[in-house]
Amino acid sequence: MIKVANLQKSFGSHKVLNGIDVIVQPQEVVVVIGPSGSGKSTFLRCINLLETITDGHVLIEGMDITDKGTDINKVREEVGMVFQHFNLFPHKTVIENIMLAPLKVRGIDENQARAKAMELLKKVGLEDKAEAYPASLSGGQKQRVAIARALAMEPKIMLFDEPTSALDPEMVGEVLEVIKQLAREGMTMVVVTHEMGFAKEVGDRVIFMDSGLIIEENQPKELFENPQHERTQAFLSKIL
Amino acid sequence: MDFRFDIIVEYSPYLLKGTLLTIGLSLAGIAIGTILGLFIGLGKMQRRKLLAWPFDWYITFFRGTPLFVQILLIHFGVVPVFLGQTNGIVATIIALSLNAAAYIAEIFRAGIQSIDRGQMEAARSLGMSHVQSMRYVILPQASKRMIPPLGNEFIVLIKESSLAAIVATPEIMYWGRSMAGQYYRVWEPYLTAAVIYLILTLSLSFLLNLLERRLKTE
Repeated sequence: MIKVANLQKSFGSHKVLNGIDVIVQPQEVVVVIGPSGSGKSTFLRCINLLETITDGHVLIEGMDITDKGTDINKVREEVGMVFQHFNLFPHKTVIENIMLAPLKVRGIDENQARAKAMELLKKVGLEDKAEAYPASLSGGQKQRVAIARALAMEPKIMLFDEPTSALDPEMVGEVLEVIKQLAREGMTMVVVTHEMGFAKEVGDRVIFMDSGLIIEENQPKELFENPQHERTQAFLSKIL
Repeated sequence: MDFRFDIIVEYSPYLLKGTLLTIGLSLAGIAIGTILGLFIGLGKMQRRKLLAWPFDWYITFFRGTPLFVQILLIHFGVVPVFLGQTNGIVATIIALSLNAAAYIAEIFRAGIQSIDRGQMEAARSLGMSHVQSMRYVILPQASKRMIPPLGNEFIVLIKESSLAAIVATPEIMYWGRSMAGQYYRVWEPYLTAAVIYLILTLSLSFLLNLLERRLKTE
């Protein structure tokens, strides 16, 4: 479903990704962990080309997004993304946030878009907030709206970039619950997170990154209980 | 000190005509300047330096030279080349528009760049094109922030239209100077002109405040 081959990324002379190889299978939940500055967010942002790729290839369902001939907008329709800072559109109501892309990109009609949006709001438990503006929502509510907005495009893949890092601790649970629900439904996901409990529970596979490289990857139980590499051991001993 | 209201009354029909012309010149300058400014602002924001360069240069020239000089150049130099003879009103509208466009371009650029990068990223990640993201996400937010500086620019433009008097465009200051010349008076013509300009600029800022408040509550 996602195939990343020898992905490299530099900001000027600073090399952030030093050759990443990952294959994500359909319905798989891959969790990426690692210290800050390890390149895990950059890696995620390269998957839908929010960062230009310096070298290597990223294939989404066989389409090479590094190929100049690929219509990146078409690829992004299939890849939903949830950001650390939500990035809701503050000038639009909750339901307008969710409806915008289906209306303008998919070109479906208004009633259909509204019905779909309400269905998604129900799913994330916020149907009573449809007409509210983002500014009046709590962080956890904002992030759940952001998830609903991404889902409105009916993506095949969801990317989560530290979805709970900007939240107050008591709101982390409600957001993780929605993501867990998606995992149970069989959504293919790549999640960058610091929530180790979540990684253990939901991840099919955990990738540990450091200094732009994949140091170790394994099933969550194995990686957390029996890390092979010393850098993984050092990282886990600091946070667990 | 005596104050001769009678000469103000005598000149009032001309001042009225002048006021209407000032309003017309300002509105034309605002309309053309805004459209041109948006275009130039977007031009300057292009990533490719070579394509952005002419827009950058345009802004540098029109912000870096006095409007007075620009009016004279356009009135005596540019307009005759195209129309065969010069025309004060046309020259004034062109000069005001080109000058305002340079400032408005920077207002647009600042407004657009003040919107958090995450907004564009979120829009793009949903599959929207760059143009769609600009139109539905960035510009609606940026335009709210651009109202105060744009209002400022419009007020400056109304006042600067008085420079048109120098090329015999019959707006407020043209008639004010005529009155001053005919009667050798200072206070009556220039205070009257000042009051008229104040009324125009105050009305405009009142309208802009209304607009700003309306957008805020939305």
